[in-house]
Amino acid sequence: MGILEWATSPWGQRVPIHIAWFLIWVSLIAGLLFLVVHAIYVRYFAKQKQYAATTSPELLSRLPEKISRHSLAARLFHWIMALAMLALLFTAFLPKVGVQFNWVTYHWIAGLVLTGSIIFHIIHASFFLDFWSIWPDKIDLQDSWKRTLRFFGRPAPLPRKSGKYPFDNKLYHGVIVLCGLAVMVTGIFMMFRVRTGILPRNPYLFGDMSWGLMYVMHGLAGVALIALVVVHIYFAVRPEKLPITYSMVFGSMKRDFYLEEHDPERWVVEPPPFPGSQKGGAHAD
Amino acid sequence: MAVIRDVMPAFQLLQPTSIADAQKILDQYGPDAWVLAGGLDSFDWLKDRIKKPNTVVDLSGVEELKGIRETGQGLEIGAMTTLTEIAQHPLIKAKYSLLAQSAELVASPQIRNQGTIGGNVSQDTRCWYYRAGWPCYRAGGNICYADTPVGRNREHAILHAERCVAVNPSDTAPALIALDAKFVIRNRKGERVVNAEDYFVGPEIDITRLTVLQPGDLLTAVRIPATWAGAQFYFEKVRDRNVWDFPLMNVASAMVLSGDTIQQVRVAVNGAAARPLRLKAVENAIRGKQRSIATAEMAGNLAVQGAVPLQFNAYKIPLMRNLVKRSITGVQEATWAS
Repeated sequence: MGILEWATSPWGQRVPIHIAWFLIWVSLIAGLLFLVVHAIYVRYFAKQKQYAATTSPELLSRLPEKISRHSLAARLFHWIMALAMLALLFTAFLPKVGVQFNWVTYHWIAGLVLTGSIIFHIIHASFFLDFWSIWPDKIDLQDSWKRTLRFFGRPAPLPRKSGKYPFDNKLYHGVIVLCGLAVMVTGIFMMFRVRTGILPRNPYLFGDMSWGLMYVMHGLAGVALIALVVVHIYFAVRPEKLPITYSMVFGSMKRDFYLEEHDPERWVVEPPPFPGSQKGGAHAD
Repeated sequence: MAVIRDVMPAFQLLQPTSIADAQKILDQYGPDAWVLAGGLDSFDWLKDRIKKPNTVVDLSGVEELKGIRETGQGLEIGAMTTLTEIAQHPLIKAKYSLLAQSAELVASPQIRNQGTIGGNVSQDTRCWYYRAGWPCYRAGGNICYADTPVGRNREHAILHAERCVAVNPSDTAPALIALDAKFVIRNRKGERVVNAEDYFVGPEIDITRLTVLQPGDLLTAVRIPATWAGAQFYFEKVRDRNVWDFPLMNVASAMVLSGDTIQQVRVAVNGAAARPLRLKAVENAIRGKQRSIATAEMAGNLAVQGAVPLQFNAYKIPLMRNLVKRSITGVQEATWAS
């Protein structure tokens, strides 16, 4: 039983046609297994978090009560993308596990919504936000190495608190970027195979092998997204992460959580624009 | 693609003699079991070595699946009843002549002697790309070879094409839809009855099947309610060779008139899409109207709304328009007896 389905083209060429559908279950089970293992680890084995102290009393006195984390535009992008992603996963995989319905039209429409929101996000993040805040930097790598050494009981200095986004959040974002771009680009090309009324139908755009690889890449990235979405939802509802989820809904987080988890030198929060204002702006939003 | 004709792959042949036994076997083998009725569709697949089932379940020995019985509500036809029996049955000819006509126009006398009503409604599409074993959507692949700029698609769909453009080849299906027939399906969970029009599925729902039958399902009978007994019927089939061929398109209608006014009507066509289409919009539009040329023309025009021709089958649009029109006026301009 391979992970790909193969067929012989009319020209006698052996070509991949799509992934084997059992990978849907592999990905779902992997996602669920991760959350079970993680939940057990956090509950029974994880040690108290310790960070190198960085917050100065002077800085503390200038911080507002609520720290702005996500702008309205960023939040709208996130939730539109989340809805599109769920629609894509359900329309893609429910028919494969026996729930039959007319899925293709819903699927490509959701795909276009996702594509539009991703393009918006790329422009928004590149020109209106701190683009680099979500990508791992040198300090992240140094701190993760320190954490690894300490996990295995080896002597190492305390790691610093994270910037706006923790290292694991950045890694997750990196994987999502890869999978998201893969399904987006291959999905747009695949729209040339079906009648959409938007793109001219052209099944000869690529050769059989290229088309096959396109479907395989779309499928692999798609099933990977099942596990990634399961993990994402799991972290969104974990009690210690709820302030982050809250900030994705309402835009801000409490000062205490900010000081507990984030390094004000790595995620610089502007003081309130005028005296009496309770909400500070973040450099890195 | 190499095709070795007439040398069937080896398979285990099981020949149950009762529905219960057949059911047990289908449960046991699930997707590995191939249900054999008259064998006319099956042996094509097997001799071409395109389908290679492990187990073939031959239903020819199940007497319970054969015969035509009059019931209080109408008629029950066993799924293994031959098309010849149906075409020649006095009760069907008297009350449900639409079905007799459609059965009589299936293929040749020899094929009708062997072919069954269950097989006729459950047969696979005749798209030659699919039948030749090419890895198209219907075969689990990712392309429709017929729907390409140079694809040979003269016989293919003009309506409801969704990636796959194959059409359903059954002649009896539209007649059964027009007669409001019910299909009885059994599986290990019990018996379910589906309307004839719901027995067929299009590629938008399941691109690898033409019917709702899943592994383990067995079509046991077709029930025809008395509702349409003795109504005015019309059936017409257009094919390339009048002696023996699959339909390019066919139409069936059942109508109850009050004077010249259409009181009740059901119209279905096949060969236009991957499933036989009941034309509900047409029925609603002409119900209560005078049966006239104007009404028939309106019905024909309405029937082809949304039709999208492929490279070589644009002729199907006027063909369908005219068939529907004639199914309303009831004027059969050409009659073909086999």
